Formats: sequence, C-alpha cells, structure tokens
Amino acid sequence: METIQYIFSNPVVQAVLLSALPLVFVLTYVLVVLYTEMKIAAHIQDRVAYMRTGWHGVLQNIADMIKLLLKEDIIPDRSDKMFFRLAPYIAFAGSYAMYAVLPFSSLFIGADINLGVFFLVAAGSLVVIGILMAGWSSNNKWSMLGGVRSAAQMISYEIPTSLAIVMVAMITGSLNLQAVTKFQDGGIQNWLLFGGSLPLTQKLCLLPFTFIAFLILFISSIAEVNRTPFDLPEAESELVQGFFTEYSGMRFAIFYLSEYANLFTVSAVGVSLFLGGWSSPFGAVMSGPVWGVFWFVIKSFAFVVLQIWVRWTLPRLRVDQLMYVSWKVLTPWLLFCLLAVGFILVI
Amino acid sequence: MSAVRIYFYNIFHSLYTVAVGMKITGKHIFTRSATIQYPTVKKMIPERARNRLYVNIDDCIGCDQCAAACPVDCITIDTIKSTPDVDLGLTSKKTKKRLYVPKFDIDIGKCCYCGLCVYPCPTDCIVMTDVYEFSELDRKNLIYSFADMTAEEIETAKEKLKSYEADQAAKKAAQPQTAAVPLQVKVTLPQSAPPDAPKPPEEKNEKS
Repeated sequence: METIQYIFSNPVVQAVLLSALPLVFVLTYVLVVLYTEMKIAAHIQDRVAYMRTGWHGVLQNIADMIKLLLKEDIIPDRSDKMFFRLAPYIAFAGSYAMYAVLPFSSLFIGADINLGVFFLVAAGSLVVIGILMAGWSSNNKWSMLGGVRSAAQMISYEIPTSLAIVMVAMITGSLNLQAVTKFQDGGIQNWLLFGGSLPLTQKLCLLPFTFIAFLILFISSIAEVNRTPFDLPEAESELVQGFFTEYSGMRFAIFYLSEYANLFTVSAVGVSLFLGGWSSPFGAVMSGPVWGVFWFVIKSFAFVVLQIWVRWTLPRLRVDQLMYVSWKVLTPWLLFCLLAVGFILVI
Repeated sequence: MSAVRIYFYNIFHSLYTVAVGMKITGKHIFTRSATIQYPTVKKMIPERARNRLYVNIDDCIGCDQCAAACPVDCITIDTIKSTPDVDLGLTSKKTKKRLYVPKFDIDIGKCCYCGLCVYPCPTDCIVMTDVYEFSELDRKNLIYSFADMTAEEIETAKEKLKSYEADQAAKKAAQPQTAAVPLQVKVTLPQSAPPDAPKPPEEKNEKS
C-alpha cells in the first residue's frame, strides 16, 4: 500500500497519469463521434447506417477497431520508411498536444499556461507537418498532392483563426483559455458570441463583430480539420484518399483518430473562445467544476454535430475557391472587425 | 453589377444557399428512412415477378416443350414411354399422362428467368415462384431435380418398354401394316418448327 502511495506521489507518475486522462476521453469520444457521424450521415440520406452489431449498431466501431488492428500493415517498398512510419504519430501528437491547454472545467486543465491559445495554434501546426510528412514519404503522387494541398489549406486558414483569437484576446485581455472562459462566466448573455461580460452599450456595439468572428472561426475550423466542404487534401474523386492513400491498418486508424481528435479540439476552442467554455448557460444554476465538464463536453459535442451536419450538406470547394474564401473573404472581414472592435474598446 | 456589389452579393448568396442546404438536410435527418432491414423484413414482390422455377412433377406429361423453349438450355428432360397396360393417371387439367418422366433437371444457375418455358406448358406444371433467395455454396446444388421416380422404378419402366417394343416388333413382323400409333408429340413438334430452329430434344439429352 505504501509503495503504491509512494509511486502515486511521484510527480512524474502524476504527470503521466494526468496526461493520459484526456487520452481516455479522446478514445471514448472518438467511438461516440464516429457512431454519431455515421448515423447523422445515414439519416441525412434517408438511410439507417449500421443496425446489426449490437443495438442499432453501437458496437460497430469496436468491431472496426478490432478489424483495423488485425489488418496487415503495408508499407510501400519505395517509400521513405522511417518518415512513413513516423508521420501518423506526429499528426496525432499534434492533435493530442492541444488537449493540454483545453479547460475541461474550472479545476481541470492540463497546463494552465498564459499563452494557451497560442500554444494551440502552434501545436495545430504540428498536424500539418505530420500530414505533409505522410504525403511526401508515401512516394505517391496523390499522397503528395494531398499533403501539399493540406499544408496550403491549413496555413491559409490559420490566419483567420489566429485573427479571431486575437479579437478574443483584445476583448478579454488574455490568451489563457481559463481566463477567457472565466471572463464569459455567468450565463448565456455573457458569452463572447453575444459580446462578453462588458457594459451593455459596449456589448451591443461589439455583438455584430463577435458574431462575424465566431462565424469565421467556425468556417476556418472546419477547414483546419480537413473536412467537407474543405476536404481537398483527401478529395476521393481527385486524390483517392489524399495523404493517407498508402496507409493501412493501425497507422490509417491513427490518422483517423488524429482527425477526430482535432475535430474536438477546434470545437472546444470555438466553445472556449465564444460560447463560454465550461460555464453554465444559466448563470449560477448547474455550475461548478463537475457541471463544468458536462457543459464543456456538451457544447463541444454540439459544435461537432454542427460540423458533421455541414459536412454532409455541402459539396467540396475547388482549390481556387478555397483560397478565395480564405484570403479575400475571411481575412479582410476579420481585419475590419478587429479594427472596429479596437475602436469600440478604446471608446 | 459592379465588382464590389458582386463581391458582397456572392458572400451573402453563399451564406443563404448554405442555410437552404442545411435546412433541407436538417429536415431529412428526421424523415423516415427508406431502408428495409432486408433479411428480417422483406418487400412484397410483384405478383408476376419471375424468380425460381418450380415444376409440379405430378402434372408433367413429359412433352419437352419447356426444354425446347428455353433459350439457355437449362432444362433437361428424359422420358420413357409407358406401355398401354399402365395407367399413369390424369393431370390436373384432365390430360392423360402417357410418358414416365425419370429425369426433370433445371440448372437454375444457367436460368435467365425469361419465363419462356412457362407459356408453352400444356398442363401449367412449370411455374415461376416468388422465391428469390436460393444461393448455394456449391454450384452443383443449383441443379434442381424435380423427377420423383426412384432408380428401380426407372429400371422397371425401361424393362417393360423394352419387352413391349420387342413384342410389338414381333407383331409387326407378323402383320406389317397394323402397328399401333402412340401419341407422337415429340416427333411432330420439331417438324412443325422452322428449319433453322434448334433441333430436337433427343440431341440435347445426349449433350447433357
């Protein structure tokens, strides 16, 4: 018993356990979101999706996971083997690193650092490196095109995202997600989407700009996780499977895991920045650290569902349209909003 | 429109169209899905749908018309003439049966479900049923035998015919002109067919 206590009192062990906690969450969340996505996709197309594995097919993803684990791991002969093997882990490491700064609750946050959002953007770029590495090392023209497209897309869309984050930082005066969330605490009217917890006149002036910023953050977050309508890196009709054409078995699954982990992160960022994070929409009612986790996950999940809904509604953009949207629409609009918000805050 | 107006129009128009699309898909999430859980729930198939063939062998008179009509030659029929002293009974259409049918095989793997064999049947004994699930792991299992005669019965029928024919031949030799003329469906049919029509059931039987 004492040895166990001794082991658990070791700070290294504690850090490992604490960092493994989001992993448990990610894995269960991926199972749930895959099921949800398939069901929503099917019902949008008037189908029913899997019905046979368990009640309404709830065990399908577990079966898929077992299948992927048992699959042969094929590595192309002419590929750059080291980087080919490394790429999925880097991509997943990038997605997973972002969980360190997500404020799940007022008490639980992996690393309560001052540059939380900045770290998020930086760690998100690691995913691009993983994807580019996968595309390049596969030695396959589709993979490479997919990887390059993905890099171009993520870099373009990081700018509107960062600008939206800058706007939040201007209003709240902090890049720490915990502080940003606390700024919005106290009910739905204090969410940054509705102008934050500022004096009423200032708030009403801010409202249209924060609303636009939220919309732009939403659009660019879809683009950052490479999902339809921005799924050019893996456009099936053009590039087979894009950067993971050559991947099979568990490495393929890790890319998927990374994509869905990323999906949650961008949703969580959107929620933390604009929708009050872990704070209850009813003010003091149902608030507290435990309810915080509930609200955070529920809001993020609703955001994820919205993204899934968008995915199964819209067709894919062309490459030039993608760039047009980022550089000619989102960025200028956000710059204008930033300017306006700056003026309002100064006055 | 000026370029600026087009720019703003495009933005609002795309937002609007996205909203329209989302509304449509949002509605479809809650509409009833069109899927039928097939093996457990089955759709009614049309009344005249053509699926697996079934032969009511009790009604078959062995006329071979179905085999002649078949475009893919999937029906194989063997017949043995019955002797006058045997009564094979009547079909459900009150036709007298004169031939034993020791072999009535349908290779359903070859069948193209055209239904052409059904129409010529004088006794309506070959029919298309509504059974459409009959996959097999072995191709041989797709050859359906409908004949219900046992090997012994076939043997006795053959013996009987042989002795009867020998008998008749002996009689014929005695008085040449009075040979009995049994019903000769099989012989008359090919003659009435056009000259280039696929020939005779006998040939076919040899092939298979």
